[in-house]
Amino acid sequence: MSRYLMDPSSERSVPHRERLARPAALHGQVVGLLDIGKPRGDVFLDRLEQLLTDAGARVMRYKKPTFTKPAPVDLRHEIATQCTLVIEALAD
Amino acid sequence: MVAPLLPQFATTVYTQDDPAFPDGAVHDADLAVSWHHEVETVPTVIKVVDGVEVDRTFGWVRSEWQRLTGITDLGEALPPFRPGCGSLSVDPDRVDALRAMFAGHTLKSRRLELADLDDEMELMFDRGFTDGLPVVPPTEARVLRMLQGTSRPPDDIVAVVAPDLVEVSVEKVAVNAVMAGCKPEHLPWVIAALEAVCNDAFNIHGVLATTMPVGPVLVCNGPGTRAIGMNSEGNALGQGNRANLTIGRAVQLVIRNVGGGRPGEVDRATHGNPGKLSFCFAEREHDSPFTSLAVSRGFPRTADTVTAFAGEGPRCIVDQKVRTAPELANVFAACLRTLHSPKLVLAFDVILVIGPEHARVCADDGWDRDRLLAELHARLQLPGSELVDGALGIADGVPAHLRDVTLPKFRPDGILLVHAGGGAGLFSAMIGGWANGEMGSQPVTREVLP
Repeated sequence: MSRYLMDPSSERSVPHRERLARPAALHGQVVGLLDIGKPRGDVFLDRLEQLLTDAGARVMRYKKPTFTKPAPVDLRHEIATQCTLVIEALAD
Repeated sequence: MVAPLLPQFATTVYTQDDPAFPDGAVHDADLAVSWHHEVETVPTVIKVVDGVEVDRTFGWVRSEWQRLTGITDLGEALPPFRPGCGSLSVDPDRVDALRAMFAGHTLKSRRLELADLDDEMELMFDRGFTDGLPVVPPTEARVLRMLQGTSRPPDDIVAVVAPDLVEVSVEKVAVNAVMAGCKPEHLPWVIAALEAVCNDAFNIHGVLATTMPVGPVLVCNGPGTRAIGMNSEGNALGQGNRANLTIGRAVQLVIRNVGGGRPGEVDRATHGNPGKLSFCFAEREHDSPFTSLAVSRGFPRTADTVTAFAGEGPRCIVDQKVRTAPELANVFAACLRTLHSPKLVLAFDVILVIGPEHARVCADDGWDRDRLLAELHARLQLPGSELVDGALGIADGVPAHLRDVTLPKFRPDGILLVHAGGGAGLFSAMIGGWANGEMGSQPVTREVLP
């Protein structure tokens, strides 16, 4: 006799989306840097901006209202429409 | 006793156990007829007109049988009343299986089929459905029984669960409550707790994702806490009580399994704490000298409530020589100042779990909740010179321009007082919070509804 258990999960599979191909060079790209608002994050991002600018990229800076919550949808939309590349990382 | 009467009026007679009795009866072998007609007592007489039930009586009540059948002298020789027996369709040993057989199709969750050699406990581990401890396998029968604990329909949406922002139904909560070990009467508390944590104010997303060692701490209030057997007394914050442990665990399992919040993924805690398995307890209200937490937050004493607080593990506050309320406030304040760091102010709330022996010291001096909290806040006004970056030889602190101002350790409503614990021991406990206010997590209270 078959035995069954009830699935406790959301039963959602994450849709697979193909990434865009990596650009050959940074020159001419618009790179977004998102500051999540943690201490000294600006120091790190300042350095990244300098390195990216030296490599020919244009850098756009953004900041989340609070590091405790996901970025608001408007901010995500702004980044998506203004940038050609985004550097995303998890803090700490 | 009544069998000889049946040929006088009954068109169909069903028997549950002995197919040969009464003579000519239809054997309700799988109890389907009894189940679908919601028969609780045998005998039950149901009057049907044009295929629709219009009347019923159960047990033997002579006047009722006479009224229902229209036979005015029916059973005149019999005693006027006999109560009958419980129907097999509601026999506690059979009812779960019957419910699964006849109502299992109403459940929408995906079924996971086990192979013959599959160990159901191991399957739950392999699928990533557990919190590291074994879970009760959620069979249809167990989930259906769990759903008896609430009046809400299974497809009702309880909340949207972070981090995946998935709607969770009553049924899916019940599946996870089964796994946690809950009884049906615990389910409304699990539902209320989920409503309390899954909103922007409590911000379970942030509570889950933070590197700090916090999780939902659930404080339960109201007469229902005793009705479901919660512990508010000795070892209230510890192990050993089913209601305390399983309600908190069920909430965490929903966040894990439905919301997708798992350690090492969105849960980025540096250390975590054992309370992230379950941290749920009741306030000791029956002999408390203070108004309860729920009353202080605007709910009536008669309401059953769950207050969710983003908190770490408890830390003991000891003073076994204290005899006056001012002395008690002094030791509380000294310990509370150290919360997370002696130099961090205003950013974190705290639950102060005052033990009965400490509470008695307050009561003996006539201090109520408001007085105790006011005295604590007064003692926790801290000079900026001790708080700025680098002060006390400690790097972390407030900006240097605050050196000459006085800052409170806690915001005005940042100390949540709860009375709980055993009758012996001049101890209390503090449960540190996480980033507070609109930028972090606010304590949220929700009423438990049946």
